Amino acid sequence: MIGRRVSVAGLAVVVAIGLSLGWPCGTAKAQQEAPARVEVKIDNFRFGPGTLTVLVGTTVTWTNRDDMPHTVVSADGVFRSVVLDTDETFSFTFRNTGTFPYFCSLHPKMTGKVVVH
Amino acid sequence: MVEKIKDELLYDHNRDGIDRRGFLKCMAWAGTGALCVFQGGVLKSYSLSQTSQLRPEKAAGELSFVQISDSHMGFNKAANPDVARTLEAAVDKISGLGTPPAFILHTGDITHLSKPEEFDTVDQILSRATPKDVFFVPGEHDVLDDEGKEYRKRYQKASGGGSWYSFDSKGVHFIGLVNVLGLKAGGLGTLGPEQLEWMKKDVKHLKHSTPIVVFAHIPLWSVYPEWGWGTEDSAQALVYLKKFGSVTVLNGHIHQTMQKVEGHVTFHTAASTAFPQPQPGQADSPGPMKVPAEQLKSLLGITTVNYVRGQHALALVDSTLG
Repeated sequence: MIGRRVSVAGLAVVVAIGLSLGWPCGTAKAQQEAPARVEVKIDNFRFGPGTLTVLVGTTVTWTNRDDMPHTVVSADGVFRSVVLDTDETFSFTFRNTGTFPYFCSLHPKMTGKVVVH
Repeated sequence: MVEKIKDELLYDHNRDGIDRRGFLKCMAWAGTGALCVFQGGVLKSYSLSQTSQLRPEKAAGELSFVQISDSHMGFNKAANPDVARTLEAAVDKISGLGTPPAFILHTGDITHLSKPEEFDTVDQILSRATPKDVFFVPGEHDVLDDEGKEYRKRYQKASGGGSWYSFDSKGVHFIGLVNVLGLKAGGLGTLGPEQLEWMKKDVKHLKHSTPIVVFAHIPLWSVYPEWGWGTEDSAQALVYLKKFGSVTVLNGHIHQTMQKVEGHVTFHTAASTAFPQPQPGQADSPGPMKVPAEQLKSLLGITTVNYVRGQHALALVDSTLG
């Protein structure tokens, strides 16, 4: 009897702590604000990082540090940059969760993805 | 029997099944290109620096033309801060030939960023070459704006449909293909079903003895897929050319000369007039290769590479300007 009450209380405490740490994802917004900007560097015919995981509402900025122009094109038509020469940038704010594969339309072997929670 | 001239580089297309000894070596001097001469349906190549030694009637052959590629007008980074100057050097070479070529084939990446002024500059420089006709196919750098609006405005040959086309010159049938549009993530160059269907019809009624020259930007053979150096559906195009005894495929994109012979088909890529790129797998990525300024011209006269997939090491033949 006492044991059961204590264990229920204990479980409630654990859940409360879990929620305050943002578990499950997205439910404790106060501690888990989307950071203002996240960067992807384009260099050497690669997107770095190749897989970027962000929270919904994040703005991702791609910066071309390569000596060749590249583009950032969503494979599913969600976003598309103009051609980016060296030091030019493209930004997109991810307002929906999901996985967003993209590639460079000049050099389609260059691929990356953004995973949005 | 092919007559040899000192430093002449020949490919004798032996069609009787005897093991071929002479590979096509279209040498790139000053990063400019190669003089290709049809004689008796056989494509022979001469380095541009040697053509002044050829007798005019031999150099004239039945048809001679020049391939240049990858002028990248607008590029100004370390690998070559003055691509206009090296394109002018190519034009000087072409104009200095003993027998003027009938026309120039430009296998794409005419410009670097598809800008109107970049196209204008290339037109101006090429207008100083002796051959007045230039035939283009676009590279991926030429179609960056709205699927190639500027390119199509200037060079669209077909009245409708895509920018592919064909023409005949002295009995040789030339086919200009476009494999830089509609590229898919993770993919290679692509021709697409509409263009393939057009090509099938285009060659259907030609005699088997008609020499064929196909030109497109991205290689129509698998040079190095890891770097996107290939075309996904080129095999289908080659099926339509199976009946022909002489097929020559001229490409660019890789900024180095390379050749491969497969049955009756000779594949060749030209050097760039702008900057060199690394040999397959020899660098981390296929970008512009920077060298000390005094070495640039020696690398524009690029290394030719013979790549036989999975069987042999890469065979290198160096040809440099300086």
